[in-house]
Amino acid sequence: MSPRAQVYILAALLTLLGASLTIYKHFALGFPLLPGEYRTVWTIEAKVRFNADGGPVKAALTLPRAQRNMEVLGETFSSSGYGFNIVHEDDEHRAVWSRRQASGVQSLFYQLDVHQTPGAALEQSLDLSTEVVKPMLGAREQEAVRQAIYSLVEAGRARSSDVSTFTSELLLALADTRNQDRNLIFGYYKDRSFVDVALVVLAAADIPAHRIRGLYLEDDRRRLDPEDLLEIYDGKRWVVFEPTSGTPGVPKNFFIWQRGGKSLLDVEGGRNSGVTFSVISNDVPARDVAMLSTSKEKEALVDFSIYSLPIEQQSIFKLILLVPVGALVVVLLRVFVGLRTSGTFMPVLLAIAFIETQLLTGLSIFVLILILGLWVRFYLSRLNLLLVARIAAVVITVVILMGAISVVSYKLGIEQALTVTFFPMIILAWTIERMSILWEEDGPYEVVIQAGGSLLVAVLAWWVMTNRYIEHWTFNFPELLLVLLGLVMIIGNYTGYRLGELARFRQLVR
Amino acid sequence: MQFRLPALRLPPFFRGGLVSPFKLRKLGILGMNARNVRYIARYNDRDKYPIVDDKLNTKRAARRYRIPVPDLIAAFDTQPTRTRIMQVIGPLQQFVIKPARGSGGKGILVIVGRDGEDYVKPSGNKVTALDIQRHVSNIHSGLYSLGGKPDRCMVEALVDFDPVFDKYSFEGVPDIRVIVFRGFPVMAMLRCSTHDSDGKANLHQGAVGVGIDLATGKASHAVQRGVRVDTHPDTKMPFADLEVPGWTELVKLAASCYEMTGLGYLGCDIVLDRKRGPLLLEANARPGLAIQIANGIGLRTRLEHIESLDMEHLEKNVEERVAYSMDYFAARTTL
Repeated sequence: MSPRAQVYILAALLTLLGASLTIYKHFALGFPLLPGEYRTVWTIEAKVRFNADGGPVKAALTLPRAQRNMEVLGETFSSSGYGFNIVHEDDEHRAVWSRRQASGVQSLFYQLDVHQTPGAALEQSLDLSTEVVKPMLGAREQEAVRQAIYSLVEAGRARSSDVSTFTSELLLALADTRNQDRNLIFGYYKDRSFVDVALVVLAAADIPAHRIRGLYLEDDRRRLDPEDLLEIYDGKRWVVFEPTSGTPGVPKNFFIWQRGGKSLLDVEGGRNSGVTFSVISNDVPARDVAMLSTSKEKEALVDFSIYSLPIEQQSIFKLILLVPVGALVVVLLRVFVGLRTSGTFMPVLLAIAFIETQLLTGLSIFVLILILGLWVRFYLSRLNLLLVARIAAVVITVVILMGAISVVSYKLGIEQALTVTFFPMIILAWTIERMSILWEEDGPYEVVIQAGGSLLVAVLAWWVMTNRYIEHWTFNFPELLLVLLGLVMIIGNYTGYRLGELARFRQLVR
Repeated sequence: MQFRLPALRLPPFFRGGLVSPFKLRKLGILGMNARNVRYIARYNDRDKYPIVDDKLNTKRAARRYRIPVPDLIAAFDTQPTRTRIMQVIGPLQQFVIKPARGSGGKGILVIVGRDGEDYVKPSGNKVTALDIQRHVSNIHSGLYSLGGKPDRCMVEALVDFDPVFDKYSFEGVPDIRVIVFRGFPVMAMLRCSTHDSDGKANLHQGAVGVGIDLATGKASHAVQRGVRVDTHPDTKMPFADLEVPGWTELVKLAASCYEMTGLGYLGCDIVLDRKRGPLLLEANARPGLAIQIANGIGLRTRLEHIESLDMEHLEKNVEERVAYSMDYFAARTTL
């Protein structure tokens, strides 16, 4: 195979690999393609309060299960002085706090961060009991209530076609304060909640049903009590109803805490127990959410990546990953334009320094050091030193110049000039040496051309490297480097004319 | 050391605009990218580079192939002492000091005479023994070599230039560049220094590039700084009268560099000595493209013609190859 074909095949493979990894990371792992994307993360805090009797205490709180449309990013428990454990029984997770001795008001906290993802609210696989326990409505004085319940059931059944529509009708009737039967029932069950009553009526109608406890996620809510939804079994599957409106489906922003099963909170050795919730929403960079949600499964792509490094090294890599982009700029300008620079990749190093110093500061410091350095170098060249010693002398001079620039500018109150330290000194010294040779051999015109070319490329590279999209892509999708590699390989195969040659060979056309 | 302020002059790039790449292509002009990818990378093996990149190696190889070169007086492998340099150059009236691995004519110091303790450059400027020692030291430290690698320094006899070009050169010596592709000479030019070029033969510094007809050795075209000229700007001599003596010998010398170096795409720099005739100054594995401007024609069509030749042609000897090129690449017009 000809080298040219190999280049194209290899470049295509690299590009394909890089692009597919990027697409996978975006769609499967949720890494945002654009910078500045934010996701809402809800922080829900459950506060368990009770009065301890002075003896051993045990409090058990049912914990929410992983849900399809809600991604749990992290949970924390705070329980000073308490032993803590999470027990799993019958599909349920419960947090158990325990202590040998406690008295007075006790507060226990459980906090979790949740991120809402698009998708169905409930998975259907949950194995819940469909057994119906008929309400006890036998005594004589309850005859009226029983009559009312069955009358409601009959009315609802007449106006519905299946279990689902029946439930809707029933819930609407229960919410209608003008309905005599309904008022009678609620008069009897004074101390029960709406959902409790609805469960009784549904049991009387022989429909398996249970309560869902949860929270409406709204920003900045405190001391929320859990709210209830109804879930009924229509013969094939479980359907959720919002009780007061009678509409099927889980309301938007409803976070399901407990579904069916036991009580929400059990406290032994305490009285007046209760759970209240508070909810705050945070806007968190989308990448952090993606990182948190993938960290548990230890995605190889994330685990074996720059993100697994300590933060300090990550920030260094953030800069290093920009170098290939700068190199691409150099390649483009060399191959397609034909700009002459002093030292092939010296402009990239300059661009990196500019990132740290800001452009204008960097440019003026660079030009200042170059001019002062050239001046010193011209003097040094009269002293007949050996080359390496002379360059070392220039290095030392550059260091002294940098120190002087820092101190003087600091005293003058120009703090920006302190960033002079980001310039690579050895590179500066070599540049000065090369420029002065160029001056001697080819004249100052060539110095201006090459220094100008270098600075132009450096500024362009800086401009590309500080682009927020480029920064975002190189750091979050380092696999795009493979695409870059493929691109550079293809450019390396370009045999067309350079822009400069269109001018250079101009007179040949005439 | 001279401090000259940059002349206020627009870079050539901005003068006169651009031409369409399709026109350049149609004229068979070779661009830098195409040269690098299609010719240098394909026909020049890396392992043959040291033969041309180090002039001492070139000299050794030339001796083996009986190609005449300027005499080597001395070569310093290590940083020499002051006494050693003085031993070598002390008795000499004329000599050239150059780095073995220099490129583009950088670091070449030509001494044409003595004035008491001082040495005289072609421009008439004087340098001291101390300046020469510093220059040698710079060469050794790698100032002129690629990538700053430590270099060797050579002292060469000054070529006794054939006076035929005296009228076409100012303060410097003209040399002839022949591009040899797969052993076939494809294009030639003469580089004449001018006052502008400060005695140097680099076209981008203002030297005149004169295209030479491969068939006859006569000038066919001349250009200075991209502008066509008919006479030398300093001596006012018309290039139409220019003819390189012993042209066939010179082209044969260039063509035989193919066997010597094994490089498929090659630039040979040749000077004419008064007594010895053409001498190989150096060979170049990455010859520039200015030769097209000097000749006013593109290189690409010629290279592609050689590429299309079958094996029978490629196995020809030097004489046959030169005869073929002289016949096939004869210039259509001469000055």
